[in-house]
Amino acid sequence: MKHRPLWWLPATVATLLILSGAIAPLGALLLQSSDSSLSMTLSDPYIIHVIVFSLKQATLSTLLSLILAIPIARALARRSFPGRSLLLRLFGLSLVLPVIVAVYGIVNVYGHDGWLNQLLELLQLPRWGSLYGLQGILLAHVFFNMPLCTRMLLQGIESIPSNNWRLASQLGMSSGMIFRLLEWPAMRSQLCGLISLVFMLCFTSFATVMALGGGPASTTLEVAIFQALRYNFDLQSAGQLALIQLALTCVVLLVNQWFNKPLPSSADSYSSQLRPDRHTLSSKFCDSLLILLGILIYLPPLLAIVISGLNLQLVKDLMHPVLWQACWTSLKIAVSSGLLSLLLAVLMLLTTRHLRIRMQCRLPATLLESCGSIILVLPGVVLSTGLFILLMPWLDVFGVGFYLVILVNALMALPYTLRTLNTPMQLLVQNYDKLCDSLGITGLRRLRVIEWHQLRRPIAIALSLGMILSVGDLGAIAMFGSDQLQTLPYLLYLQLGSYQTQHGAATALILLLLCFFIFWCVEKGLGGQNARDS
Amino acid sequence: MAILLVASSVHAAPAKTLTIYTYSAFSSTPELGPAIAKAFEQKYHCKVKLVGLDDGVSLLNRLRLEGKHSRADIVLGLDNNLISAAEKTGLFASNDINLSKLSVPGGWNNTSFIPYDYGYFAFVYNQQKLKNPPRSLKELVERKDIKIIYEDPRTSTPGLGLLLWIHKVYGDKASQAWQQLAQKTITVPKSWSDAYGMFLKGESDMVLSYTTSPAYHIMMEHTDTYQAADFKEGHYMQIEVAARLKNAPNPELAKDFLRFMLTPAFQERIPTGNWMYPVTRVKLPKAFNQLPVPAKALSYSPQEVAKNRQAWVRQWRSAVTQ
Repeated sequence: MKHRPLWWLPATVATLLILSGAIAPLGALLLQSSDSSLSMTLSDPYIIHVIVFSLKQATLSTLLSLILAIPIARALARRSFPGRSLLLRLFGLSLVLPVIVAVYGIVNVYGHDGWLNQLLELLQLPRWGSLYGLQGILLAHVFFNMPLCTRMLLQGIESIPSNNWRLASQLGMSSGMIFRLLEWPAMRSQLCGLISLVFMLCFTSFATVMALGGGPASTTLEVAIFQALRYNFDLQSAGQLALIQLALTCVVLLVNQWFNKPLPSSADSYSSQLRPDRHTLSSKFCDSLLILLGILIYLPPLLAIVISGLNLQLVKDLMHPVLWQACWTSLKIAVSSGLLSLLLAVLMLLTTRHLRIRMQCRLPATLLESCGSIILVLPGVVLSTGLFILLMPWLDVFGVGFYLVILVNALMALPYTLRTLNTPMQLLVQNYDKLCDSLGITGLRRLRVIEWHQLRRPIAIALSLGMILSVGDLGAIAMFGSDQLQTLPYLLYLQLGSYQTQHGAATALILLLLCFFIFWCVEKGLGGQNARDS
Repeated sequence: MAILLVASSVHAAPAKTLTIYTYSAFSSTPELGPAIAKAFEQKYHCKVKLVGLDDGVSLLNRLRLEGKHSRADIVLGLDNNLISAAEKTGLFASNDINLSKLSVPGGWNNTSFIPYDYGYFAFVYNQQKLKNPPRSLKELVERKDIKIIYEDPRTSTPGLGLLLWIHKVYGDKASQAWQQLAQKTITVPKSWSDAYGMFLKGESDMVLSYTTSPAYHIMMEHTDTYQAADFKEGHYMQIEVAARLKNAPNPELAKDFLRFMLTPAFQERIPTGNWMYPVTRVKLPKAFNQLPVPAKALSYSPQEVAKNRQAWVRQWRSAVTQ
């Protein structure tokens, strides 16, 4: 086997970068909050309220999403209809759709002058109340997470072997029995992981609560941290709240790791035709109703983004230099943070794959990788707060805000880029090392001939994922943004806040288009010719 | 040749840029911030950059976050209630400015913070929708049929004003009053412009603004639909001020601006731009005569505010989340 003396170098560089980007701010938080006692903070009824509210809204959001997702997933599993795969694809969009764009759509549908109220008025029914507060937050969280849950649960149902379905047919099982004996066990294996994932997403949700919270009564920890820093100049409280948030996310994440099992590979042979419970009239009726409900929850806000974008005002708003300035800033930040995140992930994995495959040292490799995922417990707002407090005494933080946003966004994307690249990079060593060694392909040549060829597809996915996460981010930019530094989500947030929904239409549309554009460019350009196959 | 050289050097010297941090309503209303900036630019041959941040209290927080690295020359939009807190930061310089032309209720002698307008906080309503507006703050707090929007006291000077107003009227019972108000609050936006925009959209029955706000609708929209409710306990008063930063990149230009603030070129823009009372004796438009002037102006001294602000904000925070 070929000797590789510098195998340790890439991960060392990456780890140093990651740790200085994540641990140093954490240190600053700890130092800042050590001045006064944590128990003082915890005895403040407001802080208690914030903690309770954060947990309450996350619990309710998770419950509601799942209560809707389970029957909808069942209904989708039972039925095949034209547009089903399109609907599932649209459901998949909820993962990458910038939160603030979705919030914009939701305001357009459920807001004061939204579609719902217009419809109610048309029918001469009383208007529905205000969107702001818990109801608005729940609505947005269900909008995001119900489709996610539905897709994953559907995968669970579809992984039930077709033999079981034949058996069920032969035994003439009723719908209820199928649920109890087949579907529930298939879903249950995913449910725990799903619950902790959705809970985590809702617990650390920032943009939704910022835009739809509507006052101190519905503030979450994440927003309270932001407010302590930006509203009150209360560095101590910000530090302490960030630490409380950190502790709570750690707990949730541990639970998540505990339950998170790899998804069962979807059985290709699944066909709803085999199910005995799809022919009764009542199940047909129920399923149609449920699928309609899923569509009614999910589609109107999506449509609202596009439709309200197509008004006469749009042309005028599109001429606005502020919009294009923000668009350009968004693009610059997305490209930089996407590349930085990719670089860190590749450096990290170059070493860990060597450790794991060639040296058979699994534990150190896993430890190094988890160092890259450390950011999962450090929500963007916590990290930004730490950076702010760390750097404030030394320089004009707003002046270097651009670079800080890039850093925070890159670190936030890192767990996902790592996950995307990990398996392909390991497989490459497993499958091609011997070939390379025997043919004497090394160094740059190996990089060009073997690695690039094999990895350009996963690299394209990782990069576009990192860029899209960055393009939609509001947490970091809310902290460091100013009139000098505005990204599209920040601009849209300001427009939503000042109720300029008309002007927001152009911003939301451009932001959405930018996401698709990035995805398309990276996919086409980097993914290569075989991009469509895998 | 020498003349040519001098001329060209004068010409080549880049014009200085005066940076002003202010609230968004000031920077984004064309007749106000931009118009004033243009007048100042012409008179002093410089450039003015208006940086619009949410609202008054945010301005102070922003400057504290930037500390001595701030690039601002002037901050415009703090008020009488924030002066003591602002002084404590040590970021602001004092000025030798002739204050004799000032006419603000209660007089003025602070030379660091120079007033540029004043007004009285009030709840504004649409009289076609709200037929019997409350006659007192107590009635507003106790009535169950009114939905209101008010600004966040942590970011906005009107919000802070309401906080102090409630304490003036309710004293020790402020917490209970806030709890009652919380039940009729639609949302608590971070700035006056956000709040007023939402109110005009019809989100609430009343919004926290100024007694002078209806003048805008009278003069610009020729309607008296919008009225400010006259409360019998009196109205809390606000004097808006501007100040020069110690580390201002252009200290001389900044002093010039503070002096310019008290000239008619600036003051005449106040009634019909910011819809507030000017602080020097310039002629008021007719619409202002239709506005009720509060029988009683309420206020705390800057020291009292500084002593209690944080505690009262915390109390408000706790009360409205009960």
